[in-house]
Amino acid sequence: MSRPPAAKPARGEPGQRRNIGAVRSSFAPWNDPNATPLVRFEGVTKRFGDHAAVNDVSLDIYPGEFFALLGPSGCGKTTLMRMLAGFETLDAGRITLAGQDLAGAPPHKRPVNMMFQSYALFPHLTVEQNIAFGLKQEGMPKKDIAARVAEMLALVKLEPFAKRRPDQLSGGQKQRVALARAVARKPRMLLLDEPLGALDKKLREETQFELMDLQVELGVTFLIVTHDQEEAMVMADRIAVMRDGRIVQIGRPEEVYEAPNSRYVAEFLGDVNLFETTVEAIEHPMAHLNLAEAEAGFYVLDDDCPQPGATVWLAVRPEKMRISLDPPAPGARNVLAGEIWDIGYTGDWTNYIVELPGGKLVRVARANARRFVARPIDWDDKVWVSFDPDAGVVLTS
Amino acid sequence: MKRGPSWFNLVSLTVGFAFLYLPIVLLVVWSFNASRLVTVWGGFSVKWYVALLKDHQLLDAAWTTLRIGMMSATAATVLGSLAAIALVRGGRFRGRTLFSGMVHAPLVMPEVIMGLSLLLLFVALRFDRGFWTVALAHTTFTLSYVAVVVHSRLITFDRSLEEAAQDLGCTPAQAFLKVTLPNIFPAVLAGWMLAFTLSLDDLVIASFTSGPGATTLPMRIYSQVRLGVTPEINAVCTLLIAVVATGVIVWSVAQKWRAAGVARLAATA
Repeated sequence: MSRPPAAKPARGEPGQRRNIGAVRSSFAPWNDPNATPLVRFEGVTKRFGDHAAVNDVSLDIYPGEFFALLGPSGCGKTTLMRMLAGFETLDAGRITLAGQDLAGAPPHKRPVNMMFQSYALFPHLTVEQNIAFGLKQEGMPKKDIAARVAEMLALVKLEPFAKRRPDQLSGGQKQRVALARAVARKPRMLLLDEPLGALDKKLREETQFELMDLQVELGVTFLIVTHDQEEAMVMADRIAVMRDGRIVQIGRPEEVYEAPNSRYVAEFLGDVNLFETTVEAIEHPMAHLNLAEAEAGFYVLDDDCPQPGATVWLAVRPEKMRISLDPPAPGARNVLAGEIWDIGYTGDWTNYIVELPGGKLVRVARANARRFVARPIDWDDKVWVSFDPDAGVVLTS
Repeated sequence: MKRGPSWFNLVSLTVGFAFLYLPIVLLVVWSFNASRLVTVWGGFSVKWYVALLKDHQLLDAAWTTLRIGMMSATAATVLGSLAAIALVRGGRFRGRTLFSGMVHAPLVMPEVIMGLSLLLLFVALRFDRGFWTVALAHTTFTLSYVAVVVHSRLITFDRSLEEAAQDLGCTPAQAFLKVTLPNIFPAVLAGWMLAFTLSLDDLVIASFTSGPGATTLPMRIYSQVRLGVTPEINAVCTLLIAVVATGVIVWSVAQKWRAAGVARLAATA
């Protein structure tokens, strides 16, 4: 995923900004058998009545990682995080932090801090006092507290607001105070519960990059809970996609997006076209799939493709499909003929919804790289949709 | 278009206010009457207020009432707040419904029954009736009002604030004292004032539970009025009204100032 140029210079002088890309692309402790995880969830289960909110979850998070728990509301991601913070008890399994079992440790004795979705700023205290709260609780000397609070205020650029109360701050400022308060104690791990949920779109985008910078700068492990796939993909080193209390896939953003392991993951992250087909033949490294709507069938990479005769789903992302007004060469594979059903123009992209003869709708996205086109595609046009053999993913579940 | 309130609004407003406040105004006016006869105006005078200062029985009663009010309001605030916390934060503990019902029952219990049952209890336990029994009785029934006031504040209080405090190193008890209490304090104070006022004007329960030497002001006034309304009583009542009115005015002005202060600070943002 490419990074847009930062809207403003990062902390410190321009040019002194750390090269996150270099740090990030070489960072993969989960592939190193000798690496020790910071946090281990082992068979963690939590039931509320008959319903298992978290069901037998095992997960390792490594020091310095930016890890995202992604899923729709009610999938158990927040419960999992709250168990790590100590606000929920475990019904089965265990959580260890730096090798120590956290069972029985109350929230105030755990070396993790949490940033709450509602920010949970103390309304009766000023910004300064909010940030100092956890330090005072630690018994830090007054002098050191003042220095640390000043440092934190500078970090989140809120020095002029030190004496304000939370109800005199904007949403973005509150979010920064909550962040400063949570990292002031230098936790081993920072837990962020939907940290950007209450911000508007522009601010959210900016804050995403700021959080990433901050995480590298502080060297703290971040665990973020979110239902926003874009947020998770932009910020996280790895994403765990959750469903009904279980983790369905863990991987780098590009892995879960480009190589989803199930229809659920494919559909949850971005848009996808799913075709239910049968495997016709395997001619390694390619696989033949049958589909009524595709005259010459599909011809795709055979990764994880089951034996001929099996029913599979082929997932193709809209942006990996091409749309054309001209018919392809006869006998071309991976081609679908149809008619334009709907057009969604968003400025940077245009989404074409194409109706296939059987009534199935296919979504094709095209980047509007040019300002003017000689013959724009219009409603009810007859079009041909095609994609490359490596554009599709064969899914069995 | 006609501007301002219609004649109907004006009349209903006048009648409404007259209904509510005319008796009180009359009482205040008559307290400055020079004549001993309550219904004959004999000119302006403050002599009944002077006489009041020499009426030790009445002053004693006022002092007793004040002490009982302070004591019972404070005890009721502590107990009532604890009851509210148990109801809001205690989860679904065994007997919660019963507890909730019992905490709120005194709100609808007829005072006579409250008073009588407390009297029977004190007699059965061979308590000497007096100052302490009245204070205890007042604590019992005002506790419910405090619980209601604090309860309604607590249920709107964001639970994650307490969790944040715990996350930042507080034990649950510290989290309550450092974060919850400062934020619900206005409700606790309001509960205290409500309990104090209720104790101040209670006649029925005090009559049942008090003994010799512990006559409260309402009891004293009531017993004197049975012998005839004197201008002195009017003077006491006027003073009581003044105390309550001052309290209410100070409270609302303080609230306004606070709101204005916040608005001013926000405006400089």
